[in-house]
Amino acid sequence: MLSTRPNLARDISIAAVALIVLLLLPYVWPSRMMNDLVIRVSAFALFATSLNLLVGYTGMVSFGHGMFFGFGAYAFGLSMQRLGVSIPTAILITIVSSALLGLVVGAISIRLKDIYFSFITLAFQMLLYSTVIAWVPLTGGDQGLMGGIPRPPFLGIDLSIESHRYAFAVTIMVVGLLILRQIVESPFGYTLRMIRDNTERATFLGINVFRAKLTAFVIAGVFGSLGGMVMALFVSGAYPEFVNWTMSGEGIFMIMLGGLSTFIGPAAGALILSLLNDVITRGTEHHGLFLGAVILLFALGLRKGVTDFIADWFRTRREASTRSGN
Amino acid sequence: MLEVKGLFKSFGGVAAISDVNIDFPTGSLTAIIGPNGAGKSTFFNLISGGLIPDKGSVTFNGESLIGRSRAQIIDAGIGRAFQVARIFPTLTVEESLLGAVTAHRRRAQNITHRFPLPEMRDRTHEVAEMLGLVEKLGVTSANLSHGDQKLLDIALALVLDPKVLLLDEPTAGMGPDERWRMIERVHELWEREKLTLIFIEHDMDIVFKIAPKISVLCYGRLLAEGTPDEIRTNPAVIEAYLGTSHAEAAV
Repeated sequence: MLSTRPNLARDISIAAVALIVLLLLPYVWPSRMMNDLVIRVSAFALFATSLNLLVGYTGMVSFGHGMFFGFGAYAFGLSMQRLGVSIPTAILITIVSSALLGLVVGAISIRLKDIYFSFITLAFQMLLYSTVIAWVPLTGGDQGLMGGIPRPPFLGIDLSIESHRYAFAVTIMVVGLLILRQIVESPFGYTLRMIRDNTERATFLGINVFRAKLTAFVIAGVFGSLGGMVMALFVSGAYPEFVNWTMSGEGIFMIMLGGLSTFIGPAAGALILSLLNDVITRGTEHHGLFLGAVILLFALGLRKGVTDFIADWFRTRREASTRSGN
Repeated sequence: MLEVKGLFKSFGGVAAISDVNIDFPTGSLTAIIGPNGAGKSTFFNLISGGLIPDKGSVTFNGESLIGRSRAQIIDAGIGRAFQVARIFPTLTVEESLLGAVTAHRRRAQNITHRFPLPEMRDRTHEVAEMLGLVEKLGVTSANLSHGDQKLLDIALALVLDPKVLLLDEPTAGMGPDERWRMIERVHELWEREKLTLIFIEHDMDIVFKIAPKISVLCYGRLLAEGTPDEIRTNPAVIEAYLGTSHAEAAV
């Protein structure tokens, strides 16, 4: 019911608590490995949640979202290396350029429906990947952006210090997710749900479907690229893997593992996939085999993501208790 | 007044609508009848911007609707509901209606506020009350009964404040009792909202009972127009569509 709809104040409180917990975590549990994990998950959580704006909320299954992750990493890295700008300026360049990329790719791709949309986004990603590989003087080709990304201090923040880097990554992630949350709970977010549920009917209500989808595509692209930027800061470089199609595949895996019907599902999926990756890589060389088996288990066993499963469980319980209450 | 003049539409060389002229005076209630494939739904699509006619004109209060976008046609005041209810399965009734009002008031792209915008609630609740959906506001649309889904479909058109409402078989797929309840609601709606209402219906008992004016389509042509009594006794209509039983009933 609408009366229990999450309001902005509640979401801000939750975000603030999450941010404080994450910022305190290194003091409570000092561990290099933990810090690394949280930074990587921050990057992937932005990436997967932004992808779910398309997949879960709008019903647009993009197979090319990794293009934004990779583009964000390269745009940020190149701005810092080549233009010698400050970090806030480089972030701004990353946001604006990825929005432009989203606008161009989206304006072409959105004209196609369903699986054709998926394929053309994948094609654009492959195009970007090939460009990155081929344009050696700019991108370093298959070696990636080498030589480290300069991290000059700004506003008292020095990202060459690990603790600053950590705080910066989790802050960007939490604020980014909060903005995405606001978007999916706004009138626009409901417009997207209506388009997902029944596009034809939405047009008969006067909704400009093309414009709404393009807006969603650009927003998703910008936040996906911010994920790539966090990753570039973390590894101090940018590599072709970021822009490869497997990156898009991982985004889809995260959504499947975590669940697409809850807002936090994809972020949870990012955590689960990163943990699985770490654990499995440590235990075996047959990393893909085991990861595939786990994902199969989710797909065949739960038939939904973890948070979908939990949300359904609560819903069933609540409905059962209302019935017995009557 | 909604005026349709010399309307043509063909699909792959087969004429679906050919040379149809009908006037719908403001505030009128018209039933459109005709055998399957007569072009009734095509006719609705041509008026509501679902299809573009090959020839002819559709004007509403003197302004042409041809070539306008669906959004512009809605703004002009033409709303429609569908033969098979077209709803938003995962949204609740209230969310669907609020979403429709939001779209109509040009706030569909708004990302800075929370859904729903408070000023959208009044119209939503008014329409829900009119169609008897108040109890169902919190229900997910996919879980509604068939009849309630049809009502929601009509409600979605109604929250856009149409001046002309096109209903494509509002009673399709309903049992006899449910049909009459539905048609009473529609009739009430027409009286209360002072709408120009046009509906497609197969049940002749319903048509003859409630429609002051009937238009008969057959193979894409306007076969006849008139009051129930005129239609009931029109020889061409009897031959093409009604058969003899209704004619006898009239005698």
